Amino acid sequence: MRRLIAWLILGAALVVIGLWIGCGGGGNTSEILIGEYSAMTGTTATFGQSTHRGLMMAVDEINAAGGVLGKKIHLLTEDTQSRPEEAATAVTKLITRDRVKAVIGEVSSSRSLAAAPICQANGVPMVSNASTNPEVTKKGDYIFRVCYIDPFQGEVMARFAFSTLGIRKAAILKDIKNDYSVGLAQYFEETFQKLGGEIIATQAYSEGDIDFKAQLTALKATEPEAVIVPGYYTEAALIVKQARELNMTMPFVGGDGWDSAKLVEIGGASMNNTYYSTAYSADDPDSVVQNFVHKYTARYDDKPDAFAALGYDAGLILFDAVKRAGSTEGAKIRDALTATRDFRGVTGTITIDSDRNARKPIVIIAVVNGEMTYKETIQP
Amino acid sequence: MSELLQQIINGVSMGSIYALIALGYTMVYGILRFINFAHGDVFMVGAFVGFFVAPVVATLVGGSGLATAVLVMVISMAACALLGVTIEKLAYRPLRSRPKLTVLITAIGVSLFLEYGGQLVFGPDPKPFPALIPSIMIVNSRYLVLSSNSVVVIGTALVLMIVLRYIVFHTRMGTAMRAVSFDHRAASLMGINIDSVISFTFALGSGLAAAAAILYGSVYPSINPLMGLFPGLKAFIAAVLGGIGNLTGAVVGGLIIGLLETLVTGYISPVYRDAISFAVLILILLFRPSGILGRHEAEKV
Repeated sequence: MRRLIAWLILGAALVVIGLWIGCGGGGNTSEILIGEYSAMTGTTATFGQSTHRGLMMAVDEINAAGGVLGKKIHLLTEDTQSRPEEAATAVTKLITRDRVKAVIGEVSSSRSLAAAPICQANGVPMVSNASTNPEVTKKGDYIFRVCYIDPFQGEVMARFAFSTLGIRKAAILKDIKNDYSVGLAQYFEETFQKLGGEIIATQAYSEGDIDFKAQLTALKATEPEAVIVPGYYTEAALIVKQARELNMTMPFVGGDGWDSAKLVEIGGASMNNTYYSTAYSADDPDSVVQNFVHKYTARYDDKPDAFAALGYDAGLILFDAVKRAGSTEGAKIRDALTATRDFRGVTGTITIDSDRNARKPIVIIAVVNGEMTYKETIQP
Repeated sequence: MSELLQQIINGVSMGSIYALIALGYTMVYGILRFINFAHGDVFMVGAFVGFFVAPVVATLVGGSGLATAVLVMVISMAACALLGVTIEKLAYRPLRSRPKLTVLITAIGVSLFLEYGGQLVFGPDPKPFPALIPSIMIVNSRYLVLSSNSVVVIGTALVLMIVLRYIVFHTRMGTAMRAVSFDHRAASLMGINIDSVISFTFALGSGLAAAAAILYGSVYPSINPLMGLFPGLKAFIAAVLGGIGNLTGAVVGGLIIGLLETLVTGYISPVYRDAISFAVLILILLFRPSGILGRHEAEKV
C-alpha cells in the first residue's frame, strides 16, 4: 500500500514537472507575452507597486478593447527587490524562459542599466518607464524610455531654483552609489553654474542610510540658501526631517525620485518649503490627466502618483508600437517604437527622438501645508 | 568647533541606541556563549509593535505626549521580551547540548524568518513611525542646535542602563545571572534554575532592543522589515569592541561606534563609514580579541 502511494506521488510530480516545462517555452499563441520587471519589494517598493498598477490598467484596457493584433496581452511580472543584480536575473528569466516579446521596466536607472544589455543582446525591445539617466538608452537600439532624461530635469530644476526661488548659493546632498542621483546632481550643477549660481558644498550618502545629521551639520556650516537632494523619497523624507531638527529652514529641492505619498507621510510638516520635479501631477486640470485619475481611483481607491502614470503610458506606447508594427518580431517593434510621434499620454505629449528618449513636458510640485500641490508645467 | 560639538551630540545619540542593542548581544553571550543573530530582528519587531500600538494608545490616553510615549515603549518592550523568550524556548533550548555552531546557524535561520516573515505580514514598503513626543528645540543658536529628540534618546538610554545595572548587580535574579555566566554547572548545583535565568536574560535583552527600536523610530521615522540588519551588525561590533560579555563594555563600544561613524561621515566621507566600522572589528579581533574591557579567557584543557 505504502509503495503504491509512493508511485502515485512520483507520477503526479512528473506530470506537474512536464506541464511546467511545456508552459515555459512557447506559451499560448492567442496571447502576446510582455515582461515587466519592477521593484515590488525593497527600498523603492512604492515605485514598483505604482508602476505595476498603472501598467495593469493599460493591459486590462487594451484587452477589453480587443487586444493587439487580435491577441490578448499577457503580462508577466518579476520582482527586482530594488536591487540591480536581481534586475539582471529577472530580465534574463523573462527573455530566456518565458520568451516575452518586449520588456517594460525599471524605475531605477541602476536597475535598467543592469537589464538593458541583456535585452539588447537578445534583440528584445525594452521600454523603461521611469529611468531618467541618459546612459540607459545608450545601451543599444532596442532600449527606449517614456520619461524625460536627467539633463533636462537637472536643467529645469536649476532654472527653477535660480529664477523662481532666487537661490544663488546651493548645496548638494547626493546618493553616491546611485547613477540617477549622481547624474542629476551633475546636470543641476552645470546649469546652475552657467546661470551664475554657486554650489558651495557637496555631501554624499548611500541608499538605505537613515542618519544624515553628520552630513547636514557639515552642510549647515557653509550656510546654503537651498539644499538639492537628487535622491529617492525614503531618504529624502528623513533628510529633510533631520535638517529641520538641526534648524535648517531653507528650501530643499529634489527630482522625480521624491514622488511618493510616503514622502509627506514620513516627513510630515517638515516637508513644507520643499519642491521637486516629476512627470505628472494628479492635480493637473488637463482632461486626459483627470480622466486617468478618475479611472485609477475607481479601481484602486488611491490617488495615482507619477510612476502609476508612467507605467500606464509605457504600456500604451508599447502596445501602440506593436499594433503599428503588425508583428511581434523584436526588430519590427523596435522600428515602430522609434517612429512614435506626438503620442498623447497621461504624462504629456510624447515623441521618441533619435536617441530613443522621450521629449515631453515636466511638472513642478511644491509641498504646502504637508500636501503635494501642482505648481507649474514646463514644456521641453 | 561648534560643528564638532554638534557632530559629537549626533554621534552620542546614535551611539546610545547602538549601546542598548549591544547590551542584548552581550548578555546572551555572557550566559550562553553564543551570538544571537536574531537580536537585530527582535529590534525590528519592537519598532513595528510601536507602530501598531501607538495610534491605539494615543486614542486611549488622549493625544500624544509623555504618557503615550512611555506606555508605547513599555508595551513594545513587553511584547519583545515575550518574543525573545519564545524564540529561546522554541529554537535555542532544544539545541542547548548540541555544538555551538548548530545554535549559531539556527539563530541566522530565526533572523531570516523574522525578516521575511515581517515582509509578508507588515509589507515590504517603509512605514512612517508616529511622532510620540513632539520635538522641540532646547538650544537653538546659530552655532549649536539641540532638539528634545537627542536629549530624550540619550536620557532614556541612560535610565535603562542604570536600571539594568541595578537588576544585574543588586537583585537575586541578577546574582543568579552572574553565577550562571560564571559557571553553568556549579550554578545549577547551587540550586539555580538555569532555564528561568536564561529566559530572563532573553526577556531583558529583547526588552532593551524594543526600547532602542522606539527611540530609533522616533528619531528616524521610517521603519521596514529589514531595518534591524545594520543596527544589529553595528551593535554586534560594538559589543565585541567593548568586550563581549561585559555590560559596561557594550555601552562603551556602542558610544565609540556611534561617534566614529558620525565623525567619519561628517569629516571624511560616508562611503567609508561602514568600512571603518568593520575595519575596527577586524583590528579588535586581531590585536585584542577580548575587547577593550573584556577579560582574557585562557582555553582550559
